[in-house]
Amino acid sequence: MIVPLEHVVALSLAIFSAGVAGVLFRRNAITIFMSIELMLNAVNLALVGFSRYYNSVDGQVFVFLVMTLAAAEVAVGLAIIIAVYRNRQTVNIDEINLMKN
Amino acid sequence: MLPLLFYFAAAIAVGTAISVVLSRNAVYSAILLVACFFSLALIYLLLEAYFLAVLEIFIYAGAIMVLFLFVIMLLNLGQEKAQEHFRYLQRGLSLFLVIVFFLGVSLILLSDSSVLHQSHETFSAGGVKVLGEALFTKYLLPFEVASLLLLVALIGTVYLAKQKI
Repeated sequence: MIVPLEHVVALSLAIFSAGVAGVLFRRNAITIFMSIELMLNAVNLALVGFSRYYNSVDGQVFVFLVMTLAAAEVAVGLAIIIAVYRNRQTVNIDEINLMKN
Repeated sequence: MLPLLFYFAAAIAVGTAISVVLSRNAVYSAILLVACFFSLALIYLLLEAYFLAVLEIFIYAGAIMVLFLFVIMLLNLGQEKAQEHFRYLQRGLSLFLVIVFFLGVSLILLSDSSVLHQSHETFSAGGVKVLGEALFTKYLLPFEVASLLLLVALIGTVYLAKQKI
């Protein structure tokens, strides 16, 4: 392994923290969604690092499944955002606070 | 040389990830996120996960980000309006929580690294052959369930995209 595993996990932690900050700070639903993608990628990076560390393919299979999940999640999530925008003319999550209308 | 490349890609990944969060323009965020995915793909290459590096570019930078950009342009989201009243309590609390999370996990990471021994020198699980074998033998059921998940997502998206919900 070219770098210690700790460095890979630290990088993963930094990217995950950026994603958490995005979800907490931003009010734009699409930016929040992109932050969620960042967090998924951080987890993928940790899985790849551990897969390399333990010389095992299992972690990479999980990354494969997470990528599938991310694709499905993006399709459904963006469809929901478009549906909300069509009804409310906004994607600011502070203004989307009712389950009805 | 290769470790330097890793740290270079890591710096770009962290920098673009933070810029994604800080940028007020959603289009800039999307482009920066693509840059972040490319540097992550480089890191996957350096960690000898060759197939996943290709998938990262194909699926994330190719499919997912195009979908994001398409929606951003469809909704005509320009500059995010500056907020009239800053929510100081909300922002302060968010910053506090992020810092606590970061420092907490860093502490765990730094304090308990004695469990980590020397990693394997050679790596034999990075190619598409080994991954394919694992997917179609040991992980056959999760693989099939993933296809079911994609089908459900497809039906859900078509239903949500109808004019009247």
